[in-house]
Amino acid sequence: MAEETVSEDAVFEKIADAIAEIGPEREDVKKEATLESLDVDSLDLVEVGQVIEEEFGVEIKGEDVEKLKTVGDVVDLVVKRAS
Amino acid sequence: MEREGCALVTGASRGIGAASAAALADAGWPVAVNYRSDEDGAKEIAERIDSNGGSAVAVQGDVSDPSAADPLFEEVEERFGTVLVLVNNAGTTGDGLTVQFDDEDWQRLLDTNLSGAFRMTRRALRPMMKARFGRVINMASIVGQKANPGQAGYAASKAGLVGFTKTVASEVARRGVTVNAIAPGLIATELTEDVPDTLLKMVPAQRPGTPEDVAACVRFLASEGASYVTGTILTVDGGMTA
Repeated sequence: MAEETVSEDAVFEKIADAIAEIGPEREDVKKEATLESLDVDSLDLVEVGQVIEEEFGVEIKGEDVEKLKTVGDVVDLVVKRAS
Repeated sequence: MEREGCALVTGASRGIGAASAAALADAGWPVAVNYRSDEDGAKEIAERIDSNGGSAVAVQGDVSDPSAADPLFEEVEERFGTVLVLVNNAGTTGDGLTVQFDDEDWQRLLDTNLSGAFRMTRRALRPMMKARFGRVINMASIVGQKANPGQAGYAASKAGLVGFTKTVASEVARRGVTVNAIAPGLIATELTEDVPDTLLKMVPAQRPGTPEDVAACVRFLASEGASYVTGTILTVDGGMTA
């Protein structure tokens, strides 16, 4: 899967679904929303990271977590690494 | 037990590990009986569980090897599904006064008793969190909390396990995963064969514990009923440290 070009929208949809599983309403999960405002903490990101790894073959490491402030940051990271 | 998954007990070819594997099988869990070198022992334990109506498989893996966790878990997952109960029991001893203790023995104790438990736990947690259920049970020792001259390395590894247990418990509690430790006292196993009678006199219960005494606690901590018990150290020592 990692060899194919992944579209940003597809990545966003998957990540938004994964985040919504954890608690926040799906409609509140927008690219500009901060993880803090959605109550997504570092442990939640581990779970989202699991989905990302399964879907896109991209690993989110511990050192990445502090740089990720918004949902869009997570999407960008995955798109960048997957391509 | 109605959950889809299994239990993995490290160092389960004999002693406390073997008794724990049997107790978890009795509670309804399919059980992976891990061993490092005693293949015959582990297979015998697995067969005994099978013949008692349970389901078990012997799986090789040296927890002190940094690359052991992945293949070990994959083998178990393939056979029985997600590991929902992990008993970090594999352990080793090494006695000697600190002034005479060498680096090699020190490292060996930490690699097996502490780092092994860390790596196994790290591998186990993600699937447990996903399942919103998990039980990690670390085999510590009363020596991790109370001095026993000649066991500084062993004590350090077990005290480390206690600190590890509490911290991991606080990290994953809200995912339905509990992390606890058991601190056995004087238990009659091969590891404690040479224990002098003078030590036994310090046990109010006036007998050494049995692997089954410890296994009963493993069974409890793995149960649904123990879901609000996490980050705790359950001492099983016949009152020795009371």
